[in-house]
Parts: sequence; C-alpha cells; structure tokens
Amino acid sequence: MSLLSRFARNRLAVVGALALLLVLVMALAAPLLYPAGAFALVGPPTQPPGGTFPLGTDTLGRDVAAGIVWGARTSLIVSVAATLGAVVLGVLTGAFAGYYRGITDTAIMRVTEFFQTIPSFILAILLVAVLSPAVTSEILAIAVVSWPGIARLVRGEFASLGGREFVLATAGLGAGDARIVFRHILPNCASPLVAVGSLLVASAILFESGLSFLGLGDPNLMSWGLMISAGREVLRSAWWICTFPGIAILATVLSINLVGDGLNEAFNPGLRDR
Amino acid sequence: MRRLAFAGRRLALAVPVLFGVAVLNFFLIHLAPGDPASVMAGEGGSATPEYMDMLRHKFGLDQSLPLQFWHYIVNIVQLDLGYSFRNDETVLSLILDRLWPTLLLMVTAFILSVVCGTLLGLLAGTRRNSPRDGIISVLALLASATPTFWLGLMLIVLFSIRLGWLPTSGLETIGAFNEGWAYVVDVARHLILPALSLAMFYLALYVRVMRASVVEQTRQDYVTTARAKGQSERGIVFGHILRNALLPVVTMAGVQAGNLIGGSVIVEAVFGWPGIGTLAFSALQGRDLNLLLGIFIVSACVVVVLNLMVDLAYGILDPRVEL
Repeated sequence: MSLLSRFARNRLAVVGALALLLVLVMALAAPLLYPAGAFALVGPPTQPPGGTFPLGTDTLGRDVAAGIVWGARTSLIVSVAATLGAVVLGVLTGAFAGYYRGITDTAIMRVTEFFQTIPSFILAILLVAVLSPAVTSEILAIAVVSWPGIARLVRGEFASLGGREFVLATAGLGAGDARIVFRHILPNCASPLVAVGSLLVASAILFESGLSFLGLGDPNLMSWGLMISAGREVLRSAWWICTFPGIAILATVLSINLVGDGLNEAFNPGLRDR
Repeated sequence: MRRLAFAGRRLALAVPVLFGVAVLNFFLIHLAPGDPASVMAGEGGSATPEYMDMLRHKFGLDQSLPLQFWHYIVNIVQLDLGYSFRNDETVLSLILDRLWPTLLLMVTAFILSVVCGTLLGLLAGTRRNSPRDGIISVLALLASATPTFWLGLMLIVLFSIRLGWLPTSGLETIGAFNEGWAYVVDVARHLILPALSLAMFYLALYVRVMRASVVEQTRQDYVTTARAKGQSERGIVFGHILRNALLPVVTMAGVQAGNLIGGSVIVEAVFGWPGIGTLAFSALQGRDLNLLLGIFIVSACVVVVLNLMVDLAYGILDPRVEL
C-alpha cells in the first residue's frame, strides 16, 4: 500500500491536512485578502463580531480577521524556519554522535541532555531579550531550544544503521565519511525525521505565540500571541479580541499534530494497532 | 541509606548542569549589545557610575575573557547574583521572596497533571476504542494544542467574569488579612485557575503516554497468566498493569519538569501570580537582563531538585532500577 493511501486511512489526519492547507492558503493570500495590512485602523474600536467585521475590531479599530490572516503568516514563517534550524542542528550533532560514537558521542549527548534539562522557555525568553525582539531572534531562540529531540532521534538511528551491511559495503568501496553519512545513512532516517519534525512545527507555534504574548515578538509583524496580549486588558468587555486568535492557534496546532500522528502511522504501519 | 547515597550522587551530577547554565549566562552577557557592565547593572541608565565601576572591577572586565569568566563563576558560587536597581534589592533575595508562590503553583500543577493524567489514561487504555476512550482521547488532543496563556484567559472569562466563582488574579485577597484556615482557603481559591491552566497541557501529555503504556502492558504475558489464574479484571489492572504502566509516565514527568517552570512564567504573567514568573515578566519590561539571568540560574536549580525527586519516585516504583 502506498504511503498516501496509508495516510488517508486515518480520517483525523486527513481532516488535519485539509485544515492545515486552509491556514496555508490564508497565510499566502494575506496581501490579497487584506492589502492594507494587519495594523491598519479600519473601523470604530471594539466593534463586536458581525456585519462588516465578521470577527470584530480591536481596541484601536483594527480588523481582528486581518490580524488572524496576517498572524498565520508570522506563525508559519517562524515555526517552519525554527524547525528547519532545529533539524539541521539536530541532524548534524546527532549524526556526528551516532556515527563516530566513543568520546564524541558521550560529549554531544551530555550537551543534549543539558539542553533538555534546563528550563527551555526561560532560555528562549533570555535569548530574545538579549538579541532584541525580531523575527530572526525568535527563530533562533526556538531552534536553540528545540534541537535536542532531533539530535537524540538521529543519533539512535545512526547508531543502529551504522553497522549494517550496506554501510560496510559502501565503506569497503572507498566512500568517505561525508558520503556515507549524507548519501546512505541519512536518507534512511527520513521517515522518523519527517514525523518528529512535523510535531516540532506545532510546538514551535506554541512557543512563538508564548513569546509574542510576553511582548517578545517582532513589533512590525502581527502575530496571534500579540493580539491576545493586546486584548487581555478588555477581556471583560470585548471577549472576541482574545478569543479568535486563541482559536486560530489551537486549530493550527491541532491540525499539525493530527498530520504528524498520521505521518507517523503511515511510516510505521505497526503502530496502528497499538 | 542507599537512597541517601543515591541522592548525594545525583546532586553531584547537578554541578555540571549549573556550570553549564553559568557558561550560557556568561555567553549571553557578552552577546548582548553594549558594555557587559551595563548589562549586569540591569536597566539601562539607572545604575550609578560608581556601581558600574565597581562591577567592572569585580568582574575584571578589563581583563581577558577566561579571567572574566572565572570572576563570574566565583560570584555565582558565592551566591552573589548582583543587584537590581529597578527593585532596589539584591537579585537573590528578590528571587527567593518570589520562589514559594512559584513552587506552590508548580507542585500543584505537577500533582494535578500526573494524577489526573494517569487516571484518565488508565480509563482510556483499559477500554481501548470504546466511547469512553474516544472522549478522553479527543479531549487530550484538544488540550495538548491549547496555548496555556489563552486557556488561562478563557478560564478567567468563564469562572471569574461570567460565573463570578473564583478570583481573577493574585495570590490572596488584598486587604482581607486572613489568618489560619481562612488564609489557606483564600490562597487555594486563587490557586485553582492558574494551576488548572498550567496543568492542562501536561495532563494531556500524560493521558497519551499512560494510554499507550496501558495498552502495551495489557498484551504482556503476565496479564495472560493472571487472567488464566482467574484473577478479576479489576485485580489485574490495579495489581499488575498499573504499576508497570506508570513507569513511562514517571520518566516523562521528569523530562517535563524544566518545561513546567517555563510554563509557569507565562501562567503567572496571566494571573498576576506573585512568583518568579511575574518577576521575570517585569524584568523583561524593564529590560533588567541581570535579573532574568538570575532567574534562569535559580529555576535551573529548581529543575535539578525536581528531577532528583522524580528519580527517587522511579526507584520506589521499580525496585529493579539500580539506584
């Protein structure tokens, strides 16, 4: 059975994929849907949902719907970039540790454990605070706290694949370490990497929303966390300003989690009966 | 006695972790734009020139980097985390004053998430693919996708604003001067919503781990044996499966200790809970970087202690584990 049809057997994963597609289209179409941007003052302040503004306006008279759409862009850019960064970092360190073993392995694994022990959110806050709030600092901070999981995964895969016949055969044919690692072993780790990586995007979105809620997001970009933090002052009178961005985060994270679980099952058919 | 020796050895393992945090902090101080002395003085401009000179001297900022690092470590080992001009107090006493509300919040959320998570996971795992399992699994899926701070705000809207059952923020009713039991009840009422918001994400995590673990254990041979002996299903679940199935949850709980304190920063900011999270939030707004660095060190210590406790719990649950 092909990968796609195995993925499609999981109904929830398909629903998640469709929802995710919707968020993606929304993020891409933001400049077409709301060409004035998310910060434009378009109506009276704290207008309840309905009428011209289906999701209402915030305390300054900005369209909440525009914020949601532009915020999707920020969320996806930050989370995907941070995940890619974490994957590159994790693959390099994990491959090194798993391929060379010995003292390199021990040293790298100690560092990995260290990063898993320390309070990662506080480290992320510190990094952004030091580097000044900007998209690049957010991406860097989230990547720095997310790579250890990937490193451990890749190390495990490399350690188990390293002694297999196909690796020995390539080495016997005179292939260099870099060629063996990147051409022969790494492609064999692709499926668990994709599954874990997709779940990492979801946690990166939660991380990003937390950082921007604390005021550490890029001041020039609209984000869901920022909208919630701006709306909390008027929680009593204008519930919609906080509520809709939160639902956007929840729905996006949920759909990514569903897709991730679906991918995991599609790659490892045995998991399904567990 | 063996347990004590084990605790001692584990505490010794904490030294490299704390050393690593100090290295990270030192690196961050030098990564920050501007003079390291102004970073350590906290809020830009509010420190006196004399204090800045004193800092430069104390940390040997005119010397080589390795020497600077040595000065930094010596200060930390002497528990000197610097002075916060914004709060007019030493960083250490500021943090220690705020530590117990955070510990109260963390420990409550920790117990809540582990107990409810394992219970619900057990309920779901023992009746796999039943409606009961379906409802629990869907709720866990939703809870693991909900941002903590937003959940907190929504709980405030529901329980404080609409229903008026619980207070919106703080640790106690200001100006009530409760004593004895009245004080305990008052604090507990203030604790419910923050603890619930913090616990929910981890609760969902433990439900998923516990459910998978129960399903896994149910297939083991010892369960078949117990069933063949004629033991009741209830006896099998509570006498055999539960204890074995708990192990992955305990492992997970240890891993999550560090995240829990990070989560409490954001929950405290939502509920105005007067712990180190609120302190971190105000340090962030005042750009008091040195205070943030101090909070990072102290919270790493808290995580190390929590991890130790989890390890001890693991040893009690599974005597086969070499302590």
